[in-house]
Amino acid sequence: MNQLLKKFPEEINRILARYPIDRKQAAVMPLLHLAQGEEGFVSRTALQEIAEITGISTTEVASVVGFYTLFHDAPEGKIRLQVCTDVACDLRGATEYLTELCEKLGIKPGETSTDGLITIEEVKCLAACDKAPLFQAQIGDEVDYHENQTPARTIDWLRSMSAALIGTPLKTISLEETKPEEGGSHE
Amino acid sequence: MSELILLRHREVAGLNQLKTYIADGGFETWKKVVTSRKPEEVLNDVKASGLRGRGGAGFPTGVKWSFLPNNIWPHYVVANSDESEPGTFKDRELLEFNPYLFIEGLMLTSFAVQANDAYIYFRGEFSQIAKKFDERLAELTAKGLLGDALFGTNYSLRIHTHLGAGAYICGEETALLESIEGRLGQPRLRPPFPAVAGLFDKPTVINNVETLANIPYIMEKGVDAFRKNGTEKSPGTKIFSLSGRVKKPGNYELPLGTTFRELIFKHGEGIINDAKVKAIMPAGASSTLIPATDAALDTPMDYESTTAIGSPLGSASVMVLDETVNISRVINNTVHFFSHESCGKCTPCREGNFWMSHISDRIESGKGKKDDIELLNSVATQMQNKCFCALGEFSTMAVVSGLQHFRADFEARLES
Ligand SMILES: Cc1cc2nc3c(=O)[nH]c(=O)nc-3n(C[C@H](O)[C@H](O)[C@H](O)COP(=O)(O)O)c2cc1C
Ligand code: SF4
Ligand code: FES
Repeated sequence: MNQLLKKFPEEINRILARYPIDRKQAAVMPLLHLAQGEEGFVSRTALQEIAEITGISTTEVASVVGFYTLFHDAPEGKIRLQVCTDVACDLRGATEYLTELCEKLGIKPGETSTDGLITIEEVKCLAACDKAPLFQAQIGDEVDYHENQTPARTIDWLRSMSAALIGTPLKTISLEETKPEEGGSHE
Repeated sequence: MSELILLRHREVAGLNQLKTYIADGGFETWKKVVTSRKPEEVLNDVKASGLRGRGGAGFPTGVKWSFLPNNIWPHYVVANSDESEPGTFKDRELLEFNPYLFIEGLMLTSFAVQANDAYIYFRGEFSQIAKKFDERLAELTAKGLLGDALFGTNYSLRIHTHLGAGAYICGEETALLESIEGRLGQPRLRPPFPAVAGLFDKPTVINNVETLANIPYIMEKGVDAFRKNGTEKSPGTKIFSLSGRVKKPGNYELPLGTTFRELIFKHGEGIINDAKVKAIMPAGASSTLIPATDAALDTPMDYESTTAIGSPLGSASVMVLDETVNISRVINNTVHFFSHESCGKCTPCREGNFWMSHISDRIESGKGKKDDIELLNSVATQMQNKCFCALGEFSTMAVVSGLQHFRADFEARLES
């Protein structure tokens, strides 16, 4: 039984209705988003189920997952904290921000914290270059922007998320030294 | 500052709410056009306005629409909301704060080419915006501004959203179409052009968000009003995304033809710590590096004048570099960007960017030899005119111009 179809019959019908009836393959990306929203990544089973719904091979669905950076085929940290270090952000200190943040958290870009809360990733332009340094947080399939950051400000946010997402206080190496900072111009 | 047309939400609070937009006269043009004007009249007005595409290439919008054949149906319109060029953040402001202007533009465009289905392709990072759009589109349908038999005519229009998932190349129009169709975002061979065989192999218009947001004004106020701003060949206002080493980065809507100097020093309030401006990248990472001479600063930012000093205007994402910036580091950043974003379809771009990143890393880490500078230049120039799509070409521009004008910055990094 196709679990995805069973769980989201209406949503899937709505997705399929957006495209011509003989072009079901077009539903691949929306379906991948749907599956990823459930599990935080696209599982092997989800690949097969999406292949079944869209009438293409599992390999083809897997290659789509591989091509796009926001689709993931393995579970990582609950929060994927993605920092833009592209040119315009680099010109405004994003690289230094990322380095300092990584030091405080004790993980490097690409790594996941041992409590499974955070995976840090370095990403390309997020179309918010005037508000650097910034990161986007991908949680499940939701993406949120956090602009005009300092490492202290980010840690402060992570502290609140830690309690909410994994129910334990944020564990970082140099947490004690980090004092929460005044608000700044976050919008 | 001139009249704000696209960024009007900065003057009218709450314009991203339907009732405010309607109270401000929104969708009246839409209703009037559907009930009382012919599609070809809309097309002719947009042609006469001289509006040029704001997504990068600056191609005349009305001319592009006129390429759709009238013997192949259905027609589609696709809005390019992929906004991924480093330094560009104008579409995002429109999508968040003035979304109905863009939607009305998309509707008018669909009517002009008699498309009954239109798609908005959002970059994956805009998932919140896309979700909000689904709600907005449902509300418009409920209000009878979208849907079947609009205002009692026989014209119907549905607008759908499609969310990408992180791939710069999907901004390229044919890769974008592949992505909607559920495949890898890799560019298609042209011809056939999308105007003839685009989405689902049918005639398709693809326009940028900002381009579409100009249409309601043209249809409401007329061609002459639109042409009041800008230059003869580049009419209208444009949103300039100003970033980098300026005191006040941000979006500025100004007439096309405004000088770099005015943008950087008047609106951007000059350079951080009043340092000297060193170079300008007018089209984001896809630019040539233009040394900031007086002549360059006094150049009007329109399509022709900017091209004449060596770089396309692109989507007008003006990145400013000052004397504290080493150009080798900037190049290192752009080659890594393109290396990451190369779709891998053709060898010159895939391999060339891999090698450029490699050589540039060596130079940046202080292990480079004098020959590496020549090698970098040689890889870049060999790639030129050999890549399958424009991304490959873009990736060489900053490298070649950077080495041409700022070689000392690279030499300073070499192994001593
Ligand atoms: C590598 C590459 C990336 C592009 N990215 C975008 C983009 O993010 N947004 C956009 O509107 N156009 C982008 N374009 C331009 C589109 O291919 C296309 O020309 C544009 O959407 C047409 O709309 P316009 O005529 O309204 O400008 C890109 C082109 C290339 C070659
Ligand atoms: S030039 Fe680069 S992005 Fe374009 S098709 Fe070739 S590999 Fe893909
Ligand atoms: S360069 Fe970082 S958001 Fe644009």
